[in-house]
Amino acid sequence: MRFGVVIFPGTWSDMDFHHVISQVLHQPVEYVWHRDTDVERFDCLVLPGGFSYGDYLRAGAVAGRSPIVEALPGFVARGGLVLGSCNGFQILCEAGLLPGTLLRNECLQFRCQWTHVAVEQTESPFTRGLRRGQVLKMPIAHGEGRYHAEPALLRQLRERDQIVFRYATEAGEITAGANPNGSIWNIAGVSNEEGTVVGLMPHPERAAETTVGSTDGLLLFHSLLGSLVENGSVLGR
Amino acid sequence: MKARIVVRLRPGILDPQGTTIRRALEGLGFPEVRDMRVGKVLDLTLDETDAGRARQRLDEMCRKLLANPVIEDYTCEVVEGDDGRRAS
Repeated sequence: MRFGVVIFPGTWSDMDFHHVISQVLHQPVEYVWHRDTDVERFDCLVLPGGFSYGDYLRAGAVAGRSPIVEALPGFVARGGLVLGSCNGFQILCEAGLLPGTLLRNECLQFRCQWTHVAVEQTESPFTRGLRRGQVLKMPIAHGEGRYHAEPALLRQLRERDQIVFRYATEAGEITAGANPNGSIWNIAGVSNEEGTVVGLMPHPERAAETTVGSTDGLLLFHSLLGSLVENGSVLGR
Repeated sequence: MKARIVVRLRPGILDPQGTTIRRALEGLGFPEVRDMRVGKVLDLTLDETDAGRARQRLDEMCRKLLANPVIEDYTCEVVEGDDGRRAS
């Protein structure tokens, strides 16, 4: 599966994703500069974490209007998959590719810590290989990770199974104590309706090797690779 | 032409920054502040002479980039024309 890791000015988790995809998963991967709109050759584009444009105006606001992001709807319509982590999630929400928005953490602290998330939805190529209720341990590192959606939108997301991950205890219980940033309904990650675009605040690329303390992040990629069918396309929802 | 845009959090959106600053004021001896919410002021200088056209374009700027409609409201004010007169 051919991956593209997008770089904006201020992105910093690009190398971590590139490393995991090439050295751990042994898949073809390229860096893609944000001004490059020629993305036909990729199966999956990754928007990594960081501080694109210094989080100026709003986190992900400027990057969300970047040439490559403007090309994403077309890419997705033609069957492309997109994964956004942390700043990548913020960018996808700013661009309207994912619903809702990310706000300053309720505690106002920058939270750099391990979290556990429970898998809510297993319809997406990114989660098909997982079980509902399965708990993944991945780190977060953010000051603006509080997911917000108006009540009507939240209802819609629940009805359409677009909530992918929720902050939970190690045992998988959804509690306020397990919520590091005040996200509504403990939401840690969402998808578009088709499940082909997924955004999450945690960093799966930082939980992909035993030396760092968790390989749960790899499971998203295994799910993705496991969704490939014989003609090279990906199993739909 | 100069314009001023004020971007504010929509009512009902939790503003922990505002709460924190209010508490800090309380600690400094200003208990009368009941509520505080923090917004943004954007001051622009435009190459435009028509206030109506300016306001239309500013509105578009706000909708496309300067304000996130999920969580923010905005107001636009054209502050003065090139000749220094207040444009309204």
